[in-house]
Amino acid sequence: MSTGLEAKSKQAEAAAKQSSEPLSGAEIFIRALLDEGVDTIFGYPGGVVLSIYDKLYQIPELRHLLVRHEQGGTHMADGYARATGKPGVILATSGPGATNTVTGIATAYMDSIPLVVFTGQVPTSLMGNDAFQEADTMGITRPITKHSFLVKEVAELADTIHKAFHVATTGCPGPVVVDLPKDMLLSKVPYKKAKGLDMRGYKPSNRGNPRQIQKAVELIRQAKKPVIYSGGGTVLGDASIELTAFAHRLDAPVTTTLLGLGAFPETDPLSLGMLGMHGTWYANTAVSDCDLLIAVGARFDDRVTGRLKDFSVHSQKIHIDIDPSCIGKNVEVDVPIVGHVKEVLNQLLQAIDESCDTKDWLAEIDQWKKDHPLRYQKSDTELKPQEVIQVISEVTKGEAIVATDVGQHQMWTAQYYRFTHPRSHLSSGGLGTMGYGMPAAIGAKVACPDRLVVCITGDGGFQMTAIELATAVYYKIPVKIVIINNGYLGMVRQWQELFFDRRYSHVELESSNPDVVKYAESFGAVAYRATNHEELDDAMQKMLEENELPVLVDVCVSKEENCYPMVPAGAALNEMIEEGD
Amino acid sequence: MRHTINLLVENHLGCLSRISGLFSARGYTIDSISVGSAEEEGMSRMTIVTHGDDKIIEQITKQLNKVVDVVKVTDLTETSFVNRELALIKVTAPPSGRSEIMQIADVFRGNIVDISPRTLTIEATGNEDKINAIISMLRPFGLKEVARTGRIAIKREFKGEA
Repeated sequence: MSTGLEAKSKQAEAAAKQSSEPLSGAEIFIRALLDEGVDTIFGYPGGVVLSIYDKLYQIPELRHLLVRHEQGGTHMADGYARATGKPGVILATSGPGATNTVTGIATAYMDSIPLVVFTGQVPTSLMGNDAFQEADTMGITRPITKHSFLVKEVAELADTIHKAFHVATTGCPGPVVVDLPKDMLLSKVPYKKAKGLDMRGYKPSNRGNPRQIQKAVELIRQAKKPVIYSGGGTVLGDASIELTAFAHRLDAPVTTTLLGLGAFPETDPLSLGMLGMHGTWYANTAVSDCDLLIAVGARFDDRVTGRLKDFSVHSQKIHIDIDPSCIGKNVEVDVPIVGHVKEVLNQLLQAIDESCDTKDWLAEIDQWKKDHPLRYQKSDTELKPQEVIQVISEVTKGEAIVATDVGQHQMWTAQYYRFTHPRSHLSSGGLGTMGYGMPAAIGAKVACPDRLVVCITGDGGFQMTAIELATAVYYKIPVKIVIINNGYLGMVRQWQELFFDRRYSHVELESSNPDVVKYAESFGAVAYRATNHEELDDAMQKMLEENELPVLVDVCVSKEENCYPMVPAGAALNEMIEEGD
Repeated sequence: MRHTINLLVENHLGCLSRISGLFSARGYTIDSISVGSAEEEGMSRMTIVTHGDDKIIEQITKQLNKVVDVVKVTDLTETSFVNRELALIKVTAPPSGRSEIMQIADVFRGNIVDISPRTLTIEATGNEDKINAIISMLRPFGLKEVARTGRIAIKREFKGEA
């Protein structure tokens, strides 16, 4: 097309005018990252990316943190992204370096986290030859990335990096892989800052269709028993203020998903806490009984809906999401609204001027809150895990950024930590990645040095990426790590107890767990153990006082505590097992 | 129900595998896929024939739209469209049987594109039913090799009677 050619020739002219000294691909890589506003990257060197590491040595403006395993590095970049909204950046070498990032990429993909993952690749002349440390990174990561690029020509590097950041951070965010062959990084071309984007296939829409907005307004006007069900999209879309305003405008209760925690303050009387498999009794019951369900940046995940055919059967449904493929995927909705949650909520706020008549509904919910609160059996002798989370919530005043691993402690954290701010709860929701917590906490603390960052983990998950303690100690990143240590893979044990007649198959860790206090100390971290209430208070106090080094607190809790309420797999959302049932 | 989906895509590395991958990852099937250069430089047009209920087809078109290299997705099924397939059919044809085979080819407006002492190769174009029909007519003679392009399709512009 002629316009395309004209544009190209104009670009060439501009390049000619601007032509300065040619730079190597490695140097262009760093300049382009700085131009994108990147301040920190997480990485691990190797053969094919040595040219980049040589430039990192010479250009100190770009901060690089050496991690101990690329999986940890990817989770750090993910924690950095979740805590700030800025894209997380990781650099790995070819082959094993790239494959080690896979779990971290998949984790980010499932939760729509913006990451840009740079991987080295063998020289283009050797690609496909089974060269040393060669892997088909594009092929391996294709199903777990929003998009990916292989940069064969150094002249395309700057523009490709610009596109990668654009795709990762706009629309429904997600991880993008950029594969960098060694020879491309060595060849030279004058650097020209990327300008504009020519991506015909990628134009995310943000504004909700006005006709759909109107339909939604009509449903809202008629609603007597509305519930707002808010997900990770509200956090990612920085729409917390709009969500809160919307809930108050309607006088409608709000339940959040695991990833949505913090977008609506749990101290607000309209908060129902989390819904789903381990959601509160009153959230699940409200969703089951409501006459209007407004899903905001949520995707009706199977852990939220329970048995689909019985999910919220009395309600009409409005679904706001930036990703059209999420709408109508699991649950039929009456009013689909494709758009950025922030914009759509603003559109709705403009169109609605009076609240719904929800007085009776809110009174009914308040009664449920009284009759079915989150509860557990307290003990004078043992530490109960739920209680430990409550203590952490109290001593941090609900103000910390909390990263978790996956399992019982994750659900107890979601239930008992009082989240009041968005971007303060970092957890692998979709993929359920054990080993996510501590590296994510490190990434968040790097991004937000002034925030208190606590990782709540289990003895199983901690061990999966425990080696990143070395990174935290080396760079003096004062994260707090609390291990809810029950000596079991607790959630698996709970399922085996409830659904497999207590046949505890391969879930016992205690007899072979390392002494985690000594382990942490061997890295140079500070560590304490708490086995009773007194020791816990003491350890929490000391943990908060430490400002330089990472602190680990090993909390020995009751071993066979179960996480309730629980919707068994395959049951309807309102068929919950409660504590003491 | 079968659907014919027309895609306009940018010719970028990995585009085809991204598209075929999204079908296999979700357990959807591709009945046929054909790709070639489109009217614009740097772009390709793909015709994918697939099947599934409305919900699956809706997911397929939405997922295809999400692929960064995909510029346009059109489900032709609900519209009026022209579709063709090309087949090359190599049939066992000793000199004594040639004329009968050539008559069949004639009926289907096929062309003989290669001849050898023992075989004839016929080129046939048409919709899928027609190609199926000529193949089944030729089968008794002994099919040596069959190559089919899969469906290519384009929307009809004339909006009057089909």
